[in-house]
Amino acid sequence: MRATWKSLMVAGAVALATGCSSMGSKTGGDAAIEDRGIGGTQDEMTQGIGIGSGSFEGMSIDDPNSPLAQRVIYFEFDSSEVRSADRDVLNNHARYLAANPQATIVLEGHGDERGSREYNIGLGERRAQSVRQILELQGVGSQQLSTVSYGEEKPAVEGHDESAWAQNRRVELIYPGQ
Amino acid sequence: MMKFLRAILLAVATSLATLPVQAALTIEISQGVEGAVPIAVVPFGWGAAQALPHDVSAIIGADLQRSGRFAPLPTQDMLSQPTDAAQVNYRDWRVLGVDNLVIGKVEATGPDSYNIRFQLLDVLRGRQVVGMNVSATGAQLRRAAHHIADQIYEALTGERGAFNTRIAYVTATGSGKSKLYEMQVADSDGYGPLSIVRSKQPLMSPTWSPDAQRIAYVSFEKRRAEIYVQDMRTGNRTMAAAFSGINGAPSWSPDGTRLALTLSRDGNPEIYVMRLSDNSLTRITQSPAIDTEPVWSPDGRSLVFTSDRAGGPQLYQVPASGGQAQRLTFEGSYNAGADFSPDGQRLALVHRDAGGRYRIAVYELATRRLQVISDGRFDESPSFAPNGRMLLYASQAANRGVLAGTSVDGRVGQTLKFQQGDVREPAWSPYLPR
Repeated sequence: MRATWKSLMVAGAVALATGCSSMGSKTGGDAAIEDRGIGGTQDEMTQGIGIGSGSFEGMSIDDPNSPLAQRVIYFEFDSSEVRSADRDVLNNHARYLAANPQATIVLEGHGDERGSREYNIGLGERRAQSVRQILELQGVGSQQLSTVSYGEEKPAVEGHDESAWAQNRRVELIYPGQ
Repeated sequence: MMKFLRAILLAVATSLATLPVQAALTIEISQGVEGAVPIAVVPFGWGAAQALPHDVSAIIGADLQRSGRFAPLPTQDMLSQPTDAAQVNYRDWRVLGVDNLVIGKVEATGPDSYNIRFQLLDVLRGRQVVGMNVSATGAQLRRAAHHIADQIYEALTGERGAFNTRIAYVTATGSGKSKLYEMQVADSDGYGPLSIVRSKQPLMSPTWSPDAQRIAYVSFEKRRAEIYVQDMRTGNRTMAAAFSGINGAPSWSPDGTRLALTLSRDGNPEIYVMRLSDNSLTRITQSPAIDTEPVWSPDGRSLVFTSDRAGGPQLYQVPASGGQAQRLTFEGSYNAGADFSPDGQRLALVHRDAGGRYRIAVYELATRRLQVISDGRFDESPSFAPNGRMLLYASQAANRGVLAGTSVDGRVGQTLKFQQGDVREPAWSPYLPR
């Protein structure tokens, strides 16, 4: 049953990717025309980016104020499901990556310290794959994405309580050179 | 140019030399094990003014105590300290309730050679049980002491001792960017750690070859998981698995020719068996679940592994050539990380109890009975001694990772702490080649 669902999702991602690439063949200028159609000049469009709408063309991933600055997604205990609040974060990254087909990203999966280490490597990978699937569905090419799991081996926070564990159950989005 | 520089930095960051480690493992031996047999190990005679490099009788006493089966008499309680059977007054020992007496003496036979003569005496019958001469260089004195402890243990319990063995484990010191990981090998009493790999990236999952000459392990030095096989004598290593995705949980086959391992190259973690001679792969599991942590049965015919195909991690058994997997564990929602006992009759594993504590348990294959033997809360990585009577596992004490040793029925023998930072993932060696 799970295998069938996975292949449906992959098929869906392929369909979306095809759709996106035909859109991507338009130039940046055309995209600006589309946004004007929603009702803004270039200046308004720039403001639009500040509140999370509009295109990311020209937006630097180095900018600490950009929506792309959020690079960590957190997970509930024993879960690899991306929370709906985090989907917006991922959508921002997806739009950047879809608009920049040469850009690549590494998805690093992690878990908290409890339980068996190699099983936790599997859990970390499941979380990274969860994020990967969402990005692919949003039009990011699979060649732009790579995943790695560190399980419990690289905690963000060294601690043995709920607070530490919650901060260690995560996927980090890593742009090379950052 | 950048690639070249990076290669040099990687080589420096991951050093492979077998180096003695300054910071040693310290051992705390627990006190007062109920039911342990009283024994007296009398300080061995030694004539010279200069001290021996190692206190042979103290090592023997510590070994016997650590097994959980013996309670050595403190030296200050001894009424006399004979070094030869002719000097023994058996009444001195009967009044103390000591049934077994170990005496001996060490003599120098050359500039760096010694002869250790020991005798195990039955106090009630007033006669020798075992008597032996063991010769050793200064560097071999500890190994000789462990060998003698093995002889005594075997004479009194009927089982083979496992004191003359080694342990591999992982240490982690520092935090953040200064975090340093090491894989070390020490004597099974924690003495004399040697660093066999050092890295700024994680190291995991050491597994010994059956001849104790090689160790396979997982390294993240290239920012992804890869499995290496390293020769213990030369330090040379080869890469065994670097497929895309996970390369993990290596386990050496009993005949030394294959590794069972976990690969996610086909989409999710599955068990494979790799033949070391040609790196050919046989796929063992096929499920959308996480299948990982394979261990070989001692007869080489099956693998036990962790799978969450039923919702949460449980242990399964499958023929080593592949086929239908049978679920083994049904008690509790989390059973993982198995190690097989050397006689193939039981598994040590990580079990999460109803209170959420992660504890070591022993599962009997014939009866399917699970018995929890450690307290938790975060115990993991159990490893059997080659005589199947003792277990090492990873635990936590005062917020640090430590190793704990216990007899298989759960009596605590020892805690091993690294001087700073954490120690974890113990792997007990097989019997060492003679």
